[in-house]
Amino acid sequence: MRTVDIDFANRRQLARLITQVENDPEAAAAIVRAVWPRTGQARRIGITGPPGSGKSTVVDQIIERARAEGARVAVIAVDPSSPFSGGAILGDRVRMLRHSGDADVFIRSMAARSAVGGLAAATRDAAHLLDAFEFDVILLETVGVGQSELDVMRAADTVVVITVPGLGDSIQMLKAGVLEIADLLVVNKADRPGADETAMHLREMLRMAPPSPGAVGAVGAVSPASAVARSTSQDVERAPVSAVEWSTSQDVERAPASAVAGGHLSQAWNVAWEIPVLKTVATDGTGIDALWQTIRRHREFLRESGQLGARRRQRVEREVLEKVEQALAAHLRSRLAGQPGLGEILARARAGDLDPHSAARAILDHLLKG
Amino acid sequence: MAERRLRVLMAKIGLDGHDRGVKVVARALRDAGFEVIYTGLHRTSEEVAEAAVQEDVELIGVSILSGAHMALIPPLLEHLRAHQADDIRVLVGGVIPEKDRPKLVDLGVAAVFDQDSTIAEIVGWIGREFGLPASASPSTAG
Ligand SMILES: Nc1nc2c(ncn2[C@@H]2O[C@H](COP(=O)(O)OP(=O)(O)OP(=O)(O)O)[C@@H](O)[C@H]2O)c(=O)[nH]1
Ligand SMILES: [Mg+2]
Repeated sequence: MRTVDIDFANRRQLARLITQVENDPEAAAAIVRAVWPRTGQARRIGITGPPGSGKSTVVDQIIERARAEGARVAVIAVDPSSPFSGGAILGDRVRMLRHSGDADVFIRSMAARSAVGGLAAATRDAAHLLDAFEFDVILLETVGVGQSELDVMRAADTVVVITVPGLGDSIQMLKAGVLEIADLLVVNKADRPGADETAMHLREMLRMAPPSPGAVGAVGAVSPASAVARSTSQDVERAPVSAVEWSTSQDVERAPASAVAGGHLSQAWNVAWEIPVLKTVATDGTGIDALWQTIRRHREFLRESGQLGARRRQRVEREVLEKVEQALAAHLRSRLAGQPGLGEILARARAGDLDPHSAARAILDHLLKG
Repeated sequence: MAERRLRVLMAKIGLDGHDRGVKVVARALRDAGFEVIYTGLHRTSEEVAEAAVQEDVELIGVSILSGAHMALIPPLLEHLRAHQADDIRVLVGGVIPEKDRPKLVDLGVAAVFDQDSTIAEIVGWIGREFGLPASASPSTAG
């Protein structure tokens, strides 16, 4: 087992450790093990939204508000990698340069590499590191591909979804899964025409949406059946165990008394946190105070409702299961490579003699037997 | 399954407002498989050094077209030293008179490219300097 010697006051070492967790899974394991006892204090805030919607500019403004309160702030800003070369141009930092020279701000650009869920594979580990280096606020800016960026929900306590006036209609937003991941909705570029309509539209969609769309972390507080029903399909596929298990955890006890007594937990959650729709002009700071206050209020809500702990436990559990899945997948691939019998099945599938379902089943049978 | 990618910071220091060239190079470096942090126009050498540390880059590419390179590069190298980051290599590009090149190299600059240098030359130099496979070629440079 590798040991890691860390000076938690050394920014250069922090930067290098982030590079290591990005590049080397073995190193990442050793580093995260070393810093884990120091984590858990930071507020992790995810900022997501379509390309060019103003995520980085909003992040820049939030840095300023958080700094004004004396918080130490770190940013991980993810931009896409080229699928052709694997290279990337990382440009988020350009919007945050006024904080350069502030020793209590640390900004790191990260390429998504092969990840598709909005963050990079190493973003969570890097966030653990920043947490251990005693940053109070960690801002995670996603790629902004405009698709459902579920990673951020799995890495942050509070998710801010940014949109802009005139960017697609409500159906598109529903398809993009915005409502499932947002704790706060922001209509940025409110200096442009149509901001009020967009905000109104979003509020309408929220009213029509199923209960407590943003409260994914509250899954634990509802019955198993509704937990499954309300998780996104992806969640159900990826972590069926946790969806059910959460319902039996102690989080139910932490739910507000009225919610438990009423027997309609999901609705009670919904009353407790109504997803706000805010308008901002990130370029001149309009609406940013309200945004920061609302982020803080959400934090309070999470803490008082017990959801903060619930979300974090769920997040850790998911992180563990994902790591197991990845390791299993790698293990399977290496075993597949070493077994001629399996190659035969694959060859039959390639030749069209066997359909994909049957081929997969045959391979599984083979592996599980041997 | 470790994956190392060269991280490069591209910056414009000083007052000149032309970033076309540096953007073209940034894109070529991306196409060569590098991760390029672009920091925009009008940076100070202090900002660039600080960003290079946080981003943990191995190389800084500075573009200076204003002719102020002899005034702007020494402070950058100093700031890097102050951050104990003078192992980060610095490449200077732009309008650099022949007579200044050896001076810049003496100061600690790893390489100087002028406006006639091709992108292939720059990428080739980086590849050799960092021991990267030659397969990384800037297919869409230009
Ligand atoms: N008019 C107006 N422009 C804005 C506002 N906020 C940001 N912008 C501009 O929108 C452009 C994109 O802003 P960014 O902050 O880079 O957007 P982003 O979402 O981080 O972009 P990606 O990371 O590339 O997806 C920049 O030119 C900003 O100056 C705003 O409130 N109003
Ligand atoms: Mg951005």
